[in-house]
Amino acid sequence: MPATRHGAKRLHGLRQILLSSHIVSGTAGAGQSRSYSTALNYHLDSPDNNPKMKWEFSTTNMERVKEILSHYPSNYKQSAVIPLLDLAQQQHGGWLPVSAMNEIARVIEVAPIRVYEVATFYSMFNRTKVGKYHLLVCGTTPCMIRGSRDIEDALLKHLGVKRNEVTKDGLFSVGEMECMEDVTPKRVVEIVEMLRRGEAPPDGTQNPNRIRSGPQGGNTTLLSEPKPPPCRDLDAC
Amino acid sequence: MGFLQALRRARPLLRSNFTRSRIASQWISSTTDLRNPEAAAAAAAEPAPAVPPRNPVGGARIEFANPDDAMEVFVDGYPVKIPKGMTVLQACEVAGVDIPRFCYHSRLSIAGNCRMCLVEVEKSPKPVASCAMPALPGMKIKTNTPIAKKAREGVMEFLLMNHPLDCPICDQGGECDLQDQSMAFGSDRGRFTEMKRSVVDKNLGPLVKTVMTRCIQCTRCVRFATEIAGVQDLGMLGRGSGEEIGTYVENIMTSELSGNVIDICPVGALTSKPFAFKARNWELKGTESIDVTDAVGSNIRIDSRGPEVMRILPRLNEDINEEWISDKTRFCYDGLKRQRLNDPMVRDRDGRFKSVSWRDALSIVAEIAHQVKPNEIVGIAGQLSDAESMIALKDFVNRMGSNNLLCEGNGLSPQADIRGSFLLNSSIAGLEKADLFLIIGSQPRVEAPMVNARIRKAVRASQAKVAYIGPSTDFNYDIEHIGTGPRALIDIAEGRHPFCSAILSAKKPAIIVGAGIFGRKDKDAIITTVETIAKLGGVVRPDWNGLNVLLLNAAQAAALDLGLVSGPECISSAKFVYLMGADDINLDGLPRDAFVLYQGHHGDKGVYRANVIFPSAAFSEKEGTYENTEGCPQWTVPAVPTVGDARDDWKIVRALSEVAGVCLPYDSLAAVRSRMSVVAPNLLNVDERETSTVSQGLKPEFRRELSMSPFGVAVENFYMTDSITRASKIMAQCSSTFSKK
Repeated sequence: MPATRHGAKRLHGLRQILLSSHIVSGTAGAGQSRSYSTALNYHLDSPDNNPKMKWEFSTTNMERVKEILSHYPSNYKQSAVIPLLDLAQQQHGGWLPVSAMNEIARVIEVAPIRVYEVATFYSMFNRTKVGKYHLLVCGTTPCMIRGSRDIEDALLKHLGVKRNEVTKDGLFSVGEMECMEDVTPKRVVEIVEMLRRGEAPPDGTQNPNRIRSGPQGGNTTLLSEPKPPPCRDLDAC
Repeated sequence: MGFLQALRRARPLLRSNFTRSRIASQWISSTTDLRNPEAAAAAAAEPAPAVPPRNPVGGARIEFANPDDAMEVFVDGYPVKIPKGMTVLQACEVAGVDIPRFCYHSRLSIAGNCRMCLVEVEKSPKPVASCAMPALPGMKIKTNTPIAKKAREGVMEFLLMNHPLDCPICDQGGECDLQDQSMAFGSDRGRFTEMKRSVVDKNLGPLVKTVMTRCIQCTRCVRFATEIAGVQDLGMLGRGSGEEIGTYVENIMTSELSGNVIDICPVGALTSKPFAFKARNWELKGTESIDVTDAVGSNIRIDSRGPEVMRILPRLNEDINEEWISDKTRFCYDGLKRQRLNDPMVRDRDGRFKSVSWRDALSIVAEIAHQVKPNEIVGIAGQLSDAESMIALKDFVNRMGSNNLLCEGNGLSPQADIRGSFLLNSSIAGLEKADLFLIIGSQPRVEAPMVNARIRKAVRASQAKVAYIGPSTDFNYDIEHIGTGPRALIDIAEGRHPFCSAILSAKKPAIIVGAGIFGRKDKDAIITTVETIAKLGGVVRPDWNGLNVLLLNAAQAAALDLGLVSGPECISSAKFVYLMGADDINLDGLPRDAFVLYQGHHGDKGVYRANVIFPSAAFSEKEGTYENTEGCPQWTVPAVPTVGDARDDWKIVRALSEVAGVCLPYDSLAAVRSRMSVVAPNLLNVDERETSTVSQGLKPEFRRELSMSPFGVAVENFYMTDSITRASKIMAQCSSTFSKK
């Protein structure tokens, strides 16, 4: 009875999954729900983020807006949505209030929803308040294997915040993204302290044994000059 | 230099192509078909007799604008001729193969994001999304191969991955595309063991209920809102598994066409809020009928269960409403259950109504009708009256010796001699061809949303320009507001206005005059001015008649055709007023001692002044002819039984005529219609638009002063225009929600 056996096996498998997940949530002490790096896909009014708030590009940025718009034909102003969102985010301390998006919609002459669509699509547009330093920990599988969760835990513990929360002094917030740096839990705390003191940490990898994104201890492959791609010998045809 | 070298190198190859073509071409292509497409096509066409010719899906029609544009493709080995530019999916439809789809909709732009329409195309490495793939000559499309089936099964598994298993409590159940197609392509179990995604429900207003967890992100609603309804509220937010349809900010969908997203949603994500949990669609009886809430005559299906109208859905009619209907049409049905008159009633001395039998009521009315002078009898047809009842009313009043007959909304001294002067002459579908619109004193968005949808379609498709004269109002396309009153009209007529050059350069200009101006004293002068503009701009030509009047009410056109053409001034001397569903006529001038008979289906404004009430059937309960604003007569069909002791309007008039001793010579609907054919034969040609052949030039000249007062608003509240919609709770909710702003 292969069908019965298969069914039984599947049931057993399901039970294992349920059991293990129960244990995990038990030890973690909180219901582990899937967490996304991005915030909600809808807007909730708050005192510092609501459509009634007036938001304008600063005079210097207005020059930049004109310059950005000049890159595109006048009937395709909507092409400027991403550069303008970026500009607005820079102007507004690293995040985009809804009124800034409305202002961009007005500038590029589209319905606000078209700007919201773009802003919600890209995770690097922050639609809720972030700290002056927005610290992002990699959430991909390779980094998880190499201990990215420990790094995040160290950060959260050191700063005393939850994910996507801003510290009381408004300096730091922690989020999730794809990999950029190579750090250790110890090193992130050091970096945070450097930032708090107003120092600029070195950019790129924080592992002294690596050169940029190269492997630890120097290159192991691709040591010779790269060969040109093989080409078909046309004369032989 | 490099190019020359390359050419030299390539030369041996070129030469070898000619000399040793067999080997060389084998190097280019591996199959014999590509080497010799004609022979391959013939070979593929050969087994065609084995495949019986199939009928196009859903009556898909093809038109070849140019015979050169035809090309042949093979669908499952069956050759079909299609015009160039069609997609693979359309080619399959022509060939009679129904391709499963979620995101593709023939009236919306192509998104290609559901991937359900995957088919196999010969020599394509992967299955292709047929909705977005243009068909190419000689393409061999395979729709029922294992590859196509497996691809669709894979897509279906992904779609069902996050779809909740709440079909038993879902209102879409039984008419759900996902449910139907999962029967064909779905597995009986899923391999997905994670948690299903859930999405916060959105508030889209009092009409559309959302259960966003059921959404499969086909974006039909987003495209509908953007393209057809013209309200850019909905969008696709987020990405990946967090993707969802929403408005981002708290925003209800303020469109008069919002109900259509319920129909186009292939799953149960957007359903009707008033219909929620009321009935299952397989319990309902569908009756194909006509909408009467505006003058467009949208084709509808009335779904009823027993004696109750449960919901109203649109019916496809390319010439009138395509497949959309307005929210008023769709959701006015609960008005049919409220405030109904179900017994004949007579007002007592104390001012209260008392139910009486039909016999008593008829004899009281007949007695009073004979006590007044003949010319003191006035018959007023309401805006929901059908042609049969109006001809009966006209015959009755005429036999009583009076010719005071009017239909509300037709204003002072209506001109009915030339049909072209009160019809939408370019036809609703014909408006699509226009490249310039001049809208005079009309707010098409609230007066006739389906006509407005056509104008918007023309504006979107061919960048037609729209100029508007009237009070400032909402349009869902770009307009040029060139004035508020007759002043602008005179300027255009006398060639002073910058708009003149636009109308002169337009190929197919269309002028739309709102029926709201019928109530103005200077109506004739306005019409004359408009005709001058039409003459100036070449609006009326043998091949194009762009001079249109947009009527407001379902009864108006038929009333004018049947000759109910008195002005409301006869009310001031009336002693016996026969209100046949007329609620919006101004009775202030009526003498206090006048007798008012109200015959209608709702206890609305007309009842306040009535002395006797005759209950009659509403449009959902009777068979009647309604002529729409473009002059197309259509029939309503009874979907539910009448309420209480109510009768059809024409039967009541017929009965009253007998009691009054002026018996009308018809006893059946067929006999009424044959009488109608004597007065207005065009009303018998159902579903055929009869254009006016009489030239406008025959019209007598009017020399009247134009008043300079600006045009008014004909429809104050879109959601409440007649007795049915005023009785409707849903419409009341809508008007309070949408007029809040």
